[in-house]
Amino acid sequence: MEYLTVHSPILIVAVPLLAAFITPLISRIGNKFRDTVNVSLLSFVTFLIVILTIDIYANGTRVYTLGASVPELALPENYMVPVRIMFQVDGISIFMGLTTTVVALAALVYSLQFVKNETGQDRFYSLFMLLYVGMIGLEFTGDMFNLFVFLEILSIAGAGLASYRVNMADAVEGGFKYIIISAVSALFVLFAIGILYSEYNLLSIAALAHSMQFTTLDLIALALLAIAFVMKLAGVPLHMWAPDTYAVAPAGITPMIYTSSAASMYALYRVTFTLYGGHFDTTAIGWVVIILGVLSMFIGVMMAIHQTDIKRLMAYHAISQSGYMLLGVGVGLAVLTDPVALANYGRDAMNGGIFHIINNALYKGMLFLTAEAIFFRIGTRDLNKMGGLGHNMKWTTIFFIIGALAISGIPPFNGFASKLLIYESVFRFNPLLSIIAMFVSLVTLASFTKVFYSAFTGPEMPAFKEVREVPRSMLIGMGIMVACIIFFSIFPGLVVDTIVAPATDALIDQASYINGVMGAVP
Amino acid sequence: MLSKIVRTISNQLILFILVFGLYIIMHGHVTPGGGFQGGAVIASGVVMMIVAFGSSEIKKSLRERHLSVVESSGALIFIGMAFAGMGTIFFYNFLVGTPVFGGIPPTGPNPGNVWTGGVIPLMNLGVGLKVIAGLSAVVLAMALFSSGEEIEE
Repeated sequence: MEYLTVHSPILIVAVPLLAAFITPLISRIGNKFRDTVNVSLLSFVTFLIVILTIDIYANGTRVYTLGASVPELALPENYMVPVRIMFQVDGISIFMGLTTTVVALAALVYSLQFVKNETGQDRFYSLFMLLYVGMIGLEFTGDMFNLFVFLEILSIAGAGLASYRVNMADAVEGGFKYIIISAVSALFVLFAIGILYSEYNLLSIAALAHSMQFTTLDLIALALLAIAFVMKLAGVPLHMWAPDTYAVAPAGITPMIYTSSAASMYALYRVTFTLYGGHFDTTAIGWVVIILGVLSMFIGVMMAIHQTDIKRLMAYHAISQSGYMLLGVGVGLAVLTDPVALANYGRDAMNGGIFHIINNALYKGMLFLTAEAIFFRIGTRDLNKMGGLGHNMKWTTIFFIIGALAISGIPPFNGFASKLLIYESVFRFNPLLSIIAMFVSLVTLASFTKVFYSAFTGPEMPAFKEVREVPRSMLIGMGIMVACIIFFSIFPGLVVDTIVAPATDALIDQASYINGVMGAVP
Repeated sequence: MLSKIVRTISNQLILFILVFGLYIIMHGHVTPGGGFQGGAVIASGVVMMIVAFGSSEIKKSLRERHLSVVESSGALIFIGMAFAGMGTIFFYNFLVGTPVFGGIPPTGPNPGNVWTGGVIPLMNLGVGLKVIAGLSAVVLAMALFSSGEEIEE
């Protein structure tokens, strides 16, 4: 057990990587065997994530240095700076890891039946595991260059998966847009890393943060990094790829790509809070994040109202929900240098924004899955052609209702808990922002009411008389997410105290992140 | 398919390209080069064969499913080496300073002794296999596509 705890940061990345590499070989033995191996390996990883979560909340940041004689040896003797590749897992990293893993497990189980009759399944599962590796590595790494490497892994696997159903013309377009956007943003990140490396001769995030001087060059690097990550997380005005990609990606993949946007959001927070935090007046950059958030919220939901393609509609809502996370954490960033305001409402705003990440990954991911379940059975995503599906697809209907109520922030669901945290704390920062957020939430409810009425209610349509409920593995996949949503809805206080608050503290507390690698800084 | 002269010369030359590519792969840690570079050299040999004989001829001996197996096993060698160090730590170089392949090489400057890198040459081999198979598959697929044929599944 002790061995597993010590080595869990690398095993969580390495075991899915192993799964990705053996998938093409073992699928020769049989599809069933391959599915079993993949699901059991991912379950093992989930188990490791839980162990690591418990350990980190008890003992604080965990550092894992690859190739050293002991894992904690980040800074060898006689060295001024860390030289090895390392993973540094703190509260926010493990929070994101937990989110990613739950979504990945549900998406994998869902996909088992979904891709059963498609060709190229071994490539699907290979890329699926690589996508997971990219996300989890991005969240765990303590090194700027590895951040770039994992961003690339995530992007390439995501683009391959988004265009998986090549028999649909728009799938190729969605995948192509995604790879272009990813390549541009990855080059921005690489350029910024080059600037930082040429200045400080360092790549480790902690060491860079330690010696950060915030010159003009650093400011340019910050701008490049911020643009790149906002592009990847589909914040307005760089959101144009998201509807196309989310709409066409296969069912299990849309939640995964959406979670990879959340991973990019984590990278944005990591850069602004940890890498640059404390070296400049964060109010300006905080306001930039807030404005991006409000724009994303408002424009996303306004674009969503008139969509008739169910997955495009949900994709615009995904953009809109990302705005809430940016808004909450942006307020925290704006008051970061003001301890009184931070204690009064800044931390709560950040709690709300961070809690919203996991809530949203769950219910938004689940809504994408229900939309794709409808597509799986009736073969169209057009809302105008649907109707009366509630008669035959009972479980999907129930899951959709839960997801729709949660995303609209209706009590007692978890969306309400995180949104309430954001409303109340943002109101004390700037009332107008809070009112916009509530308005957006109302419009979200209206929009999902429209989807519910056109897809599920009404008399049974003759064309869909033969429609049956989706296969069991797809129901289990959605069920995993619903179980988490219901748990979070019933115990929001417990969740905020045990997993969200440590994540917020980890973001605010830059010094402990640096100390984790550089030793005690005077 | 090109003329008989080109085909004969290519048949002779491919051996030397293979040997040179393998040399670059295995000496990646002591001379310039490494797994990727050596793999690219060998893949360029495959390109030469495709140009000389035509893609439909090469397709008969270079099958996509075999390439896929080689590619996966290359990746498996790499990550297997990383896992093999798990007794100490991931990516721990457990072979350095061990007398596998006869004798422990002295530390310090030496005239290119291969057995100084521990697991590094083996990892280079894994990367090399992956690059050979991957690049050859890409080139073959592109050649078959441009000649209007389907790649077999």
